Amino acid sequence: MNADLAVGLVLLPMAGALVAFGLPAAYRRALAAAIALGWPLLLLPLTLLVLRDGSIAVVFGDWQPPLGIVWRIDGLALVMLWMHAAVGLAALVHAWPGFAPDRRAAATFWPLWLVLMTGANLALVTADLFNLYVALELVTLTGIALVAITDSTAALRAAMRYLLLAMLGSLMYLAGVGLTYAQNGTLAMAGITALETTPLVLMLAGLMVKSAVFPLHVWLPPAYANAPGPVAAMLAAVVGKTALIALWRVWWLAGDSASQALAMAIGVMGVAAIVYGSVAAMLHPRLRMVVAYSSVAQIGLLLLLIPLAGSDAFVASGFHLLVHGLAKAAMFLAAANIVMALGSDWIRRLPGLDSKLPLEAFTLALAGITLIGLPPSGGWVSKWLLLQQARSNDQLVWMVAILGGSLLSAAYVFRLLAMSCFHASHHARRPIVTRPPRAGSLAALLLALAAALLGLNPTPMLNLLATAWPGAAS
Amino acid sequence: MNDPLVYVLTAAAVFGIGVHGLIAARHLMRKLLAINLMLSAVFLLLLATSAPLGQAPDPVPQALVLTGIVIGVSSTAFALALMVRLVRRQGHASLGRRDER
Amino acid sequence: MSAGGSAQFLPPALVLVSALAAVIIFIAGEARQRLRITVNLAAALLKLALVIWIGLAVLAGEDFRYSFELVPGVELILHADAMSILFASLSAVLWLVTTIYAIAYLEHTPNRARFFGFFSLCVSATMGIALAGNLLTLFVFYELLTLTTWPLVVHDGTPRALAAGRSYLRYTLVAGVLLLTAMIWLYGLTGNVVFTPGGIVAPLVETERTALQVIFVLLIAGFGVKAALVPLHGWLPKAMVAPAPVSALLHAVAVVKAGAFGILRVIEDVYGHAVVVELGLQLPLIAVASWTILIGSLLALREHHLKRRLAYSTVSQVSYIVLGVAVGGVLATAGGMVHLVHQGLMKITLFFCAGTLGLLLGVHRIEQLDGLGRRMPWLGVSFTVAALGMMGMPPLVGFVSKWYLATGALAAGLPWLVAVLIGSALLNAAYFLPLVRRLWLADHAPLEDVPVAINRISRLALVATAVATALLSVALGLFAAHPLSPLNWVLAIARSYPS
Repeated sequence: MNADLAVGLVLLPMAGALVAFGLPAAYRRALAAAIALGWPLLLLPLTLLVLRDGSIAVVFGDWQPPLGIVWRIDGLALVMLWMHAAVGLAALVHAWPGFAPDRRAAATFWPLWLVLMTGANLALVTADLFNLYVALELVTLTGIALVAITDSTAALRAAMRYLLLAMLGSLMYLAGVGLTYAQNGTLAMAGITALETTPLVLMLAGLMVKSAVFPLHVWLPPAYANAPGPVAAMLAAVVGKTALIALWRVWWLAGDSASQALAMAIGVMGVAAIVYGSVAAMLHPRLRMVVAYSSVAQIGLLLLLIPLAGSDAFVASGFHLLVHGLAKAAMFLAAANIVMALGSDWIRRLPGLDSKLPLEAFTLALAGITLIGLPPSGGWVSKWLLLQQARSNDQLVWMVAILGGSLLSAAYVFRLLAMSCFHASHHARRPIVTRPPRAGSLAALLLALAAALLGLNPTPMLNLLATAWPGAAS
Repeated sequence: MNDPLVYVLTAAAVFGIGVHGLIAARHLMRKLLAINLMLSAVFLLLLATSAPLGQAPDPVPQALVLTGIVIGVSSTAFALALMVRLVRRQGHASLGRRDER
Repeated sequence: MSAGGSAQFLPPALVLVSALAAVIIFIAGEARQRLRITVNLAAALLKLALVIWIGLAVLAGEDFRYSFELVPGVELILHADAMSILFASLSAVLWLVTTIYAIAYLEHTPNRARFFGFFSLCVSATMGIALAGNLLTLFVFYELLTLTTWPLVVHDGTPRALAAGRSYLRYTLVAGVLLLTAMIWLYGLTGNVVFTPGGIVAPLVETERTALQVIFVLLIAGFGVKAALVPLHGWLPKAMVAPAPVSALLHAVAVVKAGAFGILRVIEDVYGHAVVVELGLQLPLIAVASWTILIGSLLALREHHLKRRLAYSTVSQVSYIVLGVAVGGVLATAGGMVHLVHQGLMKITLFFCAGTLGLLLGVHRIEQLDGLGRRMPWLGVSFTVAALGMMGMPPLVGFVSKWYLATGALAAGLPWLVAVLIGSALLNAAYFLPLVRRLWLADHAPLEDVPVAINRISRLALVATAVATALLSVALGLFAAHPLSPLNWVLAIARSYPS
């Protein structure tokens, strides 16, 4: 029963994708919608099981490792599965009427969306290093295909850049997996007892490329900024995040054998990402690029979990992953609507946004506040817990980094809001080109609201995440 | 010459050549070839480490390599398709600016 | 004694009333003017009624406490004590007046829905600050206040307004970071920072002396930005580009007061005055406050732009509050706390007058005030009363505060503070008296009316609000001895602190 539920999460979208490729374009989205709506039905009983048992292990066909593949669903995976469901659904609503440039692109979207969900869910639940590789390949390749879906030069170039770097990342990860296997004789994460520095660094480096850690982020901004709204939302909330979770998991495999110096180095990369991403977001003149660079900075913040290494930091980072995913997806959906309505994503042409598109302006503001971590938004909860961890570890450096990062994000968020909503410019009087469908606006708003309101009662979510802390057992 | 170290070093060297190619080459075709070279290096590594001297080879890495080949081939095919699209759109096969082709 | 279950909703209701009003205003949109005005006034009146209800209940000895867990181990607490009521009632009264003034001032301009929405959210945040029962709650609403006042500061959308907004955010967000650092540290040391008269950190003085000192400095700096302690005051004069009701809000109702109130809470309810003295932090704090009082006045003297002169005057006057609490003892503490109310009334009168003159006559600089007292006598009288009160002329409210401060300083054995107070009073006279002289004694300058589309009712409201607050400031001065006067209220609070 448990196994069936978990398998359903992966098999259902996969089967849907296979069917959808064969269906005429008109029926594809209905199939995708049916699957997206069936999701919560699978997730709910699974949630109850995880709440009861802490985590669920699935072993296929009684094939024990090292030959068989093991899945394990813990609190972290579960929270992320829900996030995928929410963002997936919002993206679906947003993409429902189709998007620029034409219907053909939208028709390709649905099966790819399903494959992406397959891979993303698989990446979350698997506890097998090679299985993880396959899942990440699935996610990345569909992600790239989705970036290229509009067939514009900019999008194709962005996709190509993404693909080249992603392949490099995959290869490094695969090499690391090979060395790990040679040493341990198993691929199941639970069975890995020794992890030397070389395979660890190879795997981490590969995953860093995929999760766009500065300075390996170069593929991210053009890819996110040139993709259609629903695609960018999925990329930001699902694709980037699964790679990051994989990165954490691999790090924990090393356990105590991982050196402090390495953790420190990763922390420094995180800080560099925070600074670089925020400054780039502050300076960039285009809306979607600002949102994309903000992701670079936020990924840096999420990397700090590795040097902070404590249950508070773990819970905070897991929570931030969720909140940031929701907020970022909301921002990309809203940004797509803004671009559609105003015919431009140059920030200086956006004034008057609050009266022309109040819902989108509100979405941007709410999501932005969450990114900064102003209370009482969801981002504030994670910031508070991260700071608490840094203080109790006496790691003042990371404390400064977290606080500084929050100030830097305030700089680009408020610049965006000031320019788009409050700047009294002649652009404020330009009429709307095309009014975006209301459902898409509401979908974005709901995501942003969820991200902000999670801060009001985060405790159940935090408790669920705490059960997945790998240090709890030791 | 039966020392696995030789294979590992070879793999590392080939991988390095691939990385160089990926960075240095302008033409996308060359970049893809470089990636395929790296792919081979990784497979070499996987197989070399799976068969310690004098023991029967472990089947699992071979299965991994098979899967890896499938994924590598599909990725390459996808990349080629993307490249063709890109060439049709922008008229040249590189990610650099038009003037530095 | 604890209040009955049914009344426990009161503190959150007080916070949520204006938030709800804001939501309605935002959703109703720009065109629904009548609905917006109704909702605005109804919310302000309802809020005032709720504050009076809670105030009377607190007076009767009831205890309101509402809490829920915000982050594991840290609660959000809304708690009404005497000090909360002091701030809440000040804000609620001035809020009502400012709302009326703002409606009259702004209803002919664009983007009103946005303005009044954030205006209401601001007062929500202020109520949260007043009712905060622990440091975290105070911080949460303090940050919300930043967030909701920023749109008002940049409301005009001109490059200058946007620059003022940037400056405001730079100051206040950095302040937020300082506060957050201090809080994380303090929570780590104490576990939970619930406001308790007399403070909670006394047991740690022996072991964590340095940490407590640093945390105190961080907290004072964090709140000092909004309280405009020199040199953290830079944002305040720049923010004067915002419409006049916003100035009133910043200076009298919410923002600057929130900073001063935060400092009050830190000294009295987190550290406790005795601990502040024990840690050797009293004299530095008194020095900063005195310095701010004098420098603020000097800067005001230099300024020839009317609203900016008033802004520097605020910088100086708000530090009386900090000074009184830093000196300690019943008299000085009461003098400082009551200035929270007194300064608010006087300063809001001045800003109402300045705003109206600017709107109707285009008066922005001091030289333009010549002879206007005779042309607009009601405004002239209100302005004069408030200015004289600021100088500390008996029997106006300003005198009451300063009298208690001076006697408190003597009682605490700090006679040199009296010199500071007298010096400041002289400086106040030096920058206010010329204004009064110009209003009444200078020749009439031929000023044209600025053609604005304001109807008679609005004109009336603009003047009437200023007259009302001026009258209130006179009344509170005359009836300072009445048992329900702010003075007696704060004396009761000051006596409740362990000396």
